[in-house]
Parts: sequence; structure tokens; C-alpha cells
Amino acid sequence: MRVVLAEDLFLLRDGLTRTLQDHGFDVIAAVDNGPALLRTLLQEEPDVAVVDIRLPPTFTDEGLQAALEARRSRPALPVLVLSQYVDQLYAHELLAGGEGAIGYLLKDRITHTTQFVDAVRTVAAGGTVMDPQVIARLLARSDARGTTAELTPRELDVLRLMAEGRSNAAVAGALFISESAVAKHTAAIFTKLRIEPSADDNRRVLAVLAYLKR
Amino acid sequence: MTRRQVGMAAQGTRRRPGIRGVPADIGRCQLLSLAAFAVSGAGALVIGALLLLPVGVGFLLLPPAATVLRRMSDRYRDRAARRTGTVISPPRPLPPLPTGPGGRGRRALALLGDAGFWHDLRWAWAEPWTGALLAAGPPALVWYGLFGAAVQPFVWRRLGEGNWYAFVLVDSTTGMLAALVLGLGFTAAGLRLAPAVLRLHARWSGRLLAAPYTTELVRRIEHLAGSRADVLDVQAAELRRIERDLHDGAQARLVALGMTLDEATRLLDHDLPAARALLQEVRATSQRALQDLRELVHGVLPPILADRGLGDAVRSLALDSHLDVHVEAALPGRLPAPVESAGYFAVAELLANAAKHSGAPEVRIRLGHTAGVLRVTVADEGRGGADPDGSGLRGLRRRIEPFDGTLVLHSPRGGPTTATLEIPCASSLPKTSSSSGTG
Repeated sequence: MRVVLAEDLFLLRDGLTRTLQDHGFDVIAAVDNGPALLRTLLQEEPDVAVVDIRLPPTFTDEGLQAALEARRSRPALPVLVLSQYVDQLYAHELLAGGEGAIGYLLKDRITHTTQFVDAVRTVAAGGTVMDPQVIARLLARSDARGTTAELTPRELDVLRLMAEGRSNAAVAGALFISESAVAKHTAAIFTKLRIEPSADDNRRVLAVLAYLKR
Repeated sequence: MTRRQVGMAAQGTRRRPGIRGVPADIGRCQLLSLAAFAVSGAGALVIGALLLLPVGVGFLLLPPAATVLRRMSDRYRDRAARRTGTVISPPRPLPPLPTGPGGRGRRALALLGDAGFWHDLRWAWAEPWTGALLAAGPPALVWYGLFGAAVQPFVWRRLGEGNWYAFVLVDSTTGMLAALVLGLGFTAAGLRLAPAVLRLHARWSGRLLAAPYTTELVRRIEHLAGSRADVLDVQAAELRRIERDLHDGAQARLVALGMTLDEATRLLDHDLPAARALLQEVRATSQRALQDLRELVHGVLPPILADRGLGDAVRSLALDSHLDVHVEAALPGRLPAPVESAGYFAVAELLANAAKHSGAPEVRIRLGHTAGVLRVTVADEGRGGADPDGSGLRGLRRRIEPFDGTLVLHSPRGGPTTATLEIPCASSLPKTSSSSGTG
């Protein structure tokens, strides 16, 4: 799987490259600034891009802008965005296209290698991965407004993991319950939140997020 | 109604709802012209006291005379502010009575050196000539007009020849009708002129009564010194907080991290499961340290604010809020960093207040930058009754005071609440953001 990497700190760039290579990814380019990232994304057409939000030359949201710009000419280009902080506004901008194949994670999550690599794979496969912090805040918010008040604590757990882009099997593993139990909870959540059920994991997460961010 | 202003707008106007309308304005003109006699009386008193200074009696008379005059000028300033909204900055209070022997004499001498006292006297001399004459114009027109319109038709027959009304010779029915029309014209002109004359009078009084320039400067310097001291305090407190947070938070966790790593290394040889457990602990600790640092950074300068500027940072706040927050931002570009920061934390505070106290489900935030002033309004339809002296709002004022910023809180009991924040500043960098968002 061909990966383009954008990260301005040499140590992190090096570490990320090694981690991805160890897990069988082919890191075709590792750049350290916004303009180079945009150029590479448009020329190389990678299977997935792993992008730090803050990049030179402006050291603001150069990486995010380059990723969004690249997705304008190549919709659904899989991009996993990493950042020292997560912001709902950025999450909204990333999800605004509605095509999926988007990931948005705190940089800390890199330290959990398997979860990070899973996230890269999910995004490359067209899935959506949101950082637990984003999900937690969305849930807290919709809870305060009463939209998820009907859900049981267990269903909330399932919803949270689902929104993080995990499959039913992964959710079952994380909560130590059976896969069929997860399926049952999922059906209950969709009914309570009045979301049309769908077999597609990606659309499922998008539907949840779309519902939560209303 | 709770209405509070800070900063330079602290001496804001208070409009008292009085009798409105043109007849009331005529009455006011009349009163002003009559009041001018009282002013000239007070002025004469002061001049008398001044003339009596060589014989010594003046030293006793001057302070009370000056006090009477000051009371009168204060009343004028107050009235100008109430009626026309023209704020006239008052001079410094008159010098107080020094203690000890010869206090009265020394007070009189202090008065002679006080710029405000001479300003008062100048005004007392000018008001009867300029102010009173000006104010007397409209009533005179009205009275003379009424005389022409209401009295001439009845009296012209008895007066016989040579009866002139203004420039009309009234010795026939035609002349009488002309006088009638002219009289009505005068009355109308008088009525018409009254409000303008009142405004003119207020502006003229403002010129004469405004605090001397040096007083203004001293006041400004005092304000600046005060707000600078505040800024230094706030800054020192902030540094202390950052130091403490780093010391007790991230730094302590990193030390613990090192120790745990060391322990894990030692265990690697003979107790692999224990070493693994420790290493997992290391990861958890490192994440907590990161979380600490992240919160610290957010408290110093929210990254979204640094990245995107005020508009998007407020949108992000809106998305995080439990309330339905509508943001309309029309900012021409990036504002100076300190202003963005002050604006951001102010909005965060106001939003938190709305969430905590208003009970309203919806908040509207409007950001605009016109004529070199950043204007932020945060409005909700909640229950109102916000306390302008709550700790949060006091902190907010301290943040915007160094910029000469103002906060006007309008929050009557029963709602709605509108907070308007204004910070003078120029904008930079033509990077626009003008869409609106909902969260």
C-alpha cells in the first residue's frame, strides 16, 4: 500500500516512516511542508496520506489545507490527519465532503502502534476514523441537548467505538461482548437515533457523525 | 436594567426619559436663558471675592463662592449629558481644605492655581452673553410670533397709524393678515429652531466646561498606569500558573516515566510480565503528560486561534458549546494577536455564562470590524439578570481594559441578555473569513 507522509519534525517523520514500513506499507514520499505535500499528493496519487496539520511555511493549518485542496481535485483521496490537538471545526471541515476516507487523530495515538496502523488501513479502505476525543465531545454535547439521552450506557459505548471507525468485531473485542450483541446494540442505536441501517461501516460512521453534528 | 461600561466609556451617558417634544424644548430654552442669570450671579460672587483678596476678606469668601460656581457648572455638565448625550468630562474636584492653621487662606491660594476653577470662571463670564442669548432666541421668536398671530388681529384697530409688526405696517385688514401669517411663521421658526439651539448650546457649554487639557492628560496617564499595573499583575499570575502546571503536571509525570522505565528495564531479564505491565503504565503516563501539556497550551493560546484567527476560533467554541450557537463573523483578516486573544477569551467567558445562567437554548454571536473597532455581541433570549460584577465578567474587563476596550452588558431581569464588547484595533493580513456557521 503506497503512503505519502507529511510531518515537519524529523524524529517523528523518521519514526512514522519506520512504523509504517514495519507494517508492510510502502512509504513513497515523506515531505516536510505544505506545498510539497500538495504537489506530491496530486502527482503520486497514493493509496493513503498521513498528514500533520501544522506544517511549514506558515506553521498554521498548512497540512490540513493541502489535504483539503488535494481532495478537491481528487475526491475521496484517503487522508489521515494527525494533530497535537483535535478541534471540532477541523473535524467538520474534513467530513464536509461526505465522501469518507478520512481520519483525524491526536498525535498521541501513534504510540499505540496497532491502533494507529489499523486506522491507516481503515482510511485507505475508504473508512472514517475519528479521534475518541472528538467523539467524546460530540456525545457529551448531544447528550446535553438530550439527543442521545435515550441510549443506555452500553449503547453509548458501542456508539462511541463505532464512531471511532471500528468494525463490529473490534467493538465486541473492546467491550468483551459477542459480535451478535454488538449487532443488537447497533440496531437499537439506529432505531433510537432514527438512522437508516446500512451494511457499510463507513456509511455507518458517517451517518452517526452526521447525526451527532446537527 | 443593569447597564455597565468600563474603560474610557466609563463616564457614559445616562439618558433619563423626560418630557419630549418641541414645546418642552422651548421651555428648556427659556429655562436656560433664565438660568444664565444665576450663573452670572455666581460668577459675580467669585469676582467679588477675587477683588476682595487684597483686603483679606476675599480669602474667606473665595472657597464658598468657587464651590457655588462649581456646583452650578456640574449641573450644566450633567444636564448636557442627559439631554443631548454630549459627555463633558468634568475637571478635577476643587482643592480640599488643608488642615492646620491658615487652612482657609491656603485653600484660596490652591484655588487660584487650579485650572478647573479658572475654567469655571471663564464659563460664568461667557454663559450670560453667548449661552443665554443663544437660548433666548427660540422662545423670543415664539412669543413674538404668538403676539403677531394672536394679538395683532384684535389690537391693530385701536392703535391707529404707525403700528408696525416686525416690518409690516398694520393699519388695514391686509396688513393684519400679513402680520398674522408672519407671526405664525415666527412661531414655527422658533419651534423649529429650539432643538438645534439646545444642541448648539450644549456643544458650546461643552467647549467651555470641558476639563482643561492637562487634567484630561493626567486622567489618561492615571488610567494607563492603572491598566498597565493590572496587565503586569495578570501576566505575573499567568506565568506563575504556567510554571506550577508544568512543574506539578508534565514535569512530574516525565520524572515518574523515567523511573518506571528504569524499573521495567531491570525487570526485563527475570520478570517479563511485570516489565510489560510497567511499560504499559509508561505509555499511560506519557499520554497523561501530553494531555497536561495540551491543556496548558490551550490555556495560553488556543491553537485554533493561532492557526485560523478569531472568527474560526469562535466557531470552534460554538461547536464545543452545549447550546445552539450561531456565529456571524465578518472580519477583514487577522487582528493583532493580543486583541484576538482577548476577544476569544471574552467570548468564551460570555458563552460559558450563557450556558450556566441564561437557560436559553440558543445564543447568537456576531463579530465585526468597522472603523478600526472590533465589535463582538453575544446575545441570548434567556432569563437575564446577569451580574456585571461577577468574577468572570470582572476578569473579562481586566483583559480588555489595556486595549481601551469596553463591555456593555444589557441584562434586565427576565431577559434577554446582550453583551457588547468593543476593542479598538487595526486589522492586518488580508486573509478573509466571512461565512457563518452553526453549531
